[in-house]
Amino acid sequence: MNTSLSWIKAYVPDLECTAQEYADAMTLSGSKVEGFERLDENLEKIVVAKVLSVAQHPDADKLVVCQMQIGAEETVQIVTGAPNVFEGALIPVVLDGGRVATDHDGKKVEGGTKIKKGKLRGVESFGMMCSIQELGSSKEFYPEAAEDGVYIFDPEMYPDVKPGDSAVEALGLNDVNFEYEITSNRVDCFGVIGIAREAAATFGKKFCPPVVTETGNSEKASDYIDVEVQATDLCSRYIARVVKDIKLAPSPLWMQRRLASNGIRPINNIVDITNYVMEEYGQPMHAFDYDTIAGHKIIVRRASEGEMFTTLDGQERRMDSDTLMICDADKAVGIAGIMGGENSKITDSVKTMLFEAACFDGTNIRLSGKKLGMRTDAQAKFEKGLDPNTTMEAMNRACQLIEELGAGTVVGGCVDVYPVEKKPWRVAFDWKRTNRVLGTELDKDTMVGYFETIGLKYDWATNEVIVPTWRQDVLCHADLDEEVARFYGYDNIPVTLPKGSGKGSIPLDRRLADIGRDVAEQYGFSEAMTYSFESPKVFDKLRLAADDKLRGTVTIANPLGEDFSVMRTTPLNGMLTSLATNYNRRNKNGRLYEMAKIYLPKALPLTELPDERIQFTLGFYGDGDFFDMKGVLEDFIRRVGMKKTLTYANTGAYAFLHPGRQAEISYDGVLIGYLGEVHPAVCETYGIGERAYIGVLDMPLICEYASFDLKYEGIAKFPAVTRDLSMVMKKSVLAGDVEAVIRKNGGKLLEEYRLFDIYEGSQILEGHKSMAYSVTLRSKDHTLTDEEITGVMNGILKGLAALGVELRQ
Amino acid sequence: MEILNDIRVEFLGKKGALTEVLKSMKDVAPEDRPAVGALVNDARAAIEARLEEVKQSLAAKQQELRMAAETIDVTLPAKRMTEGHRHVNNVALAEVERFFVGMGYEVLDGPEVEEDYYNFEALNIPANHPAKDEQDTFYINKNILLRTQTSSVQARVMEKGKLPLRILSPGRVYRSDEVDATHSPCFHQVEGLVIDDNITFSDLKGTLAEFAKEIFGADTKVKFRPHHFPFTEPSAEMDVSCFKCGGKGCRFCKGSGWIEILGCGMVHPRVLTMSGIDPEKYTGFAFGVGLERIALLKYEIDDMRLLYENDLRFLKQF
Repeated sequence: MNTSLSWIKAYVPDLECTAQEYADAMTLSGSKVEGFERLDENLEKIVVAKVLSVAQHPDADKLVVCQMQIGAEETVQIVTGAPNVFEGALIPVVLDGGRVATDHDGKKVEGGTKIKKGKLRGVESFGMMCSIQELGSSKEFYPEAAEDGVYIFDPEMYPDVKPGDSAVEALGLNDVNFEYEITSNRVDCFGVIGIAREAAATFGKKFCPPVVTETGNSEKASDYIDVEVQATDLCSRYIARVVKDIKLAPSPLWMQRRLASNGIRPINNIVDITNYVMEEYGQPMHAFDYDTIAGHKIIVRRASEGEMFTTLDGQERRMDSDTLMICDADKAVGIAGIMGGENSKITDSVKTMLFEAACFDGTNIRLSGKKLGMRTDAQAKFEKGLDPNTTMEAMNRACQLIEELGAGTVVGGCVDVYPVEKKPWRVAFDWKRTNRVLGTELDKDTMVGYFETIGLKYDWATNEVIVPTWRQDVLCHADLDEEVARFYGYDNIPVTLPKGSGKGSIPLDRRLADIGRDVAEQYGFSEAMTYSFESPKVFDKLRLAADDKLRGTVTIANPLGEDFSVMRTTPLNGMLTSLATNYNRRNKNGRLYEMAKIYLPKALPLTELPDERIQFTLGFYGDGDFFDMKGVLEDFIRRVGMKKTLTYANTGAYAFLHPGRQAEISYDGVLIGYLGEVHPAVCETYGIGERAYIGVLDMPLICEYASFDLKYEGIAKFPAVTRDLSMVMKKSVLAGDVEAVIRKNGGKLLEEYRLFDIYEGSQILEGHKSMAYSVTLRSKDHTLTDEEITGVMNGILKGLAALGVELRQ
Repeated sequence: MEILNDIRVEFLGKKGALTEVLKSMKDVAPEDRPAVGALVNDARAAIEARLEEVKQSLAAKQQELRMAAETIDVTLPAKRMTEGHRHVNNVALAEVERFFVGMGYEVLDGPEVEEDYYNFEALNIPANHPAKDEQDTFYINKNILLRTQTSSVQARVMEKGKLPLRILSPGRVYRSDEVDATHSPCFHQVEGLVIDDNITFSDLKGTLAEFAKEIFGADTKVKFRPHHFPFTEPSAEMDVSCFKCGGKGCRFCKGSGWIEILGCGMVHPRVLTMSGIDPEKYTGFAFGVGLERIALLKYEIDDMRLLYENDLRFLKQF
């Protein structure tokens, strides 16, 4: 929404403030000013000058030397190349030391361009004649301006302009245009009147809206036109009036200037009036050529499915059965609230006009516009849901302007289909409650005073606020609280802290995630963040089988594109993509982790919310191998107090991992994650040119098993005994198998075991390897005897023998 | 040191001079023996003391020499572990959380794939409300969507009926904005909600003013502007004084001296009622702040895409 300052001042005549003061105050009272533009930005020392004489420049064919009258007595000499200069012309002239908005190429520049006196081909010039562009505007808003050349005041349009006058004022450029961000609830503020009402209340000045008078001749509109609203659910009011003997002409200067200051191009009196009223009241209107309306009847109905209709921009469009149409006895003549039809539009030869002001259902207009792919100014206003009582005011205002401008003869009366009148409603008001909510100590009179400045009446007998129909956002007590707060000033409301206290806490899963982050960072991994949605193609990139469960995704019905269409069921794609980004940018030793959710549907199609599980995902390329990754994961698992047995098994379950270098991670028998080297084919697909490793832990499971229940264990008082076992076995025997035997047979006395050597090679039988473990035994309450030690060690050896492990000779 | 030892051996050793004297005691007249003995012992003690003295001074000297030789160039590069770095969003979030947990807020999580009811209806945004369009929602189906705001957690918490409430709920939210320097279809918000029997708009102002100081510096000023959100009334947007120019106006704050930072307001009575809380008895305030917005502003990051690209040269700066 835009308004010019002059238009606001027309309705708040006592308003005295600078543009900045206005912007600040309006913003703080709720009409946020996004920005403003001074129309006379960088225009300095520009006066109206009269050409007294035009002489050819002695040394330049294309230049003329003019004597210009710039005051009652004063004249200056100006040299110009403008082709349209003639004796007697009134022209805006920037004098020596003044400033214009454009640079030498005619483009608007910051700070404008300073104009100094100088010599043009040897002849002195004391200023410059200005084109409309140099004055910061355009022919669009000043259609009378010359196509090529300087601006010349048309004496008919400007009968009072004389040399020496400020040209900026004469052209109405001494104005400011404000751009507002109006929130969707304030439908009334999408019109100048609504904003002016707010401005008056904000500055405590009198609000003087236009006085709308009776219009029309002695005829009756109902003799000209009949209106039938069939879709009463979508059209709460339809008003038709008739204007005959239309005289199309340019609208007067004041109206053109006001429209221009709001950024609207003047066209002719009829179009300008409808635009003017739309700006003023926020109520769109439409003008039909009365003679094209078959049967002189308007029917408001839904379109039939697939109905084709050509709008006034010449486009043929397809309707559906929810689109509201304006029709005559035979055919559709307009899409309600969006655009009129080609078949009924006003042309230069129009004689009689049917004027429409209506109140259509905002939601329906919005949805229809969306389906049609249209977005007109009128539609934008209707979408918000207009006030049917303003509809009549706007219609009468438009007719008043038609009479004032002599644009036609308004037929008396109107046809008004308004089956259910919208009446003002009441909201109970308890001023003490407002103070309680705001934390203020205002008295009741002050609050009621605020209401009255914005047109909310107060019933002292019942303590109710009577809300006018254009304030459809005021429905309950909280809405009244806001009105009080706005005009008392948010800034003036005290600053306190809530009484009482709360138990500040961070839940376990978040604390565990933070420990994960700490551990990862300690190992050199930096935290990544990737999108939660991705392309379904990632499952192919990850070599997942066609029937893999992970392919069952939560799928977005209206995604930004296939690449963002499914909620991820695995965190790998994000990690691998990020690793690849770093690899491609030649970042060495890329180490990343991410703590983010996957979304696993419980059933498809989705009927209940999916299982959202945070995955702790680590990935790296460069220095390090499988066992580095394993170390980070184990460190984290132990750090969160998970002390039971961790086991690793290569079941070949992960197609995206190297078949010989992958493992499921189980904690106390429960699968909690996996790790491995990324399958070379997958690395290639993603463009990672080195071996890459990833590890993934399911955080909800970690959360289940994590424990911070620590107990002190006495420091051992009795000596430990360490025995080394040097063994030979088939390669297929895993360290994990050996360790399981040591654990099982070591019993209570086993304190620790550690692999200290592993060897495969020429010293060892083909297909075999040697491993050496040191096993430490200790008792808490006595020094171990030889028999005890031998007993345990023999047990271990026996177990190992069962695995086919032999002691090395 | 060796010379010292030689001296000791020469005088005090088994064949040393003094030992020889003692050995020759038998030649001394018995009546003189005590005197000579004392003389010898005194001499021995004097020599030993002197030797010890010289030894210590030599040892000190020796240590000095060794250390002089060991002098290092202290300006050589440090040896450090290559530590990883926290994502800037989480650096910012940690600050936000620390502040609010200190104020007694309970941090909790909510689903990102959410029911339409919690994201819209329970927040006073009924079907066909234009706000639903404004937020450009990703839908899964008619009833399930990707939440557009962390406010969806509000109703979930409130309907559990445990009062009073002080909660903070950070998390991902989604809007169908194309990716560019200032938009991302997936970003983070932090929602705050306080409900008690005497919560006022002034409490909201006080809380958020303190918050702004915590995050943007002790000199930060705040400004509350009226705004509209369907789920709060009265509603406000909060601006903070530009931390780059201090409020004088600069390129960063587009000359205004203020930077828009968050939306807030008093919980709409209809929202309370829908979640089974009596608005006659309880009031509350809520606020929602974009984490990326804070991170971008605070660390002067000029392109939001950097946050999701995960280039280590970016990540390692935080």
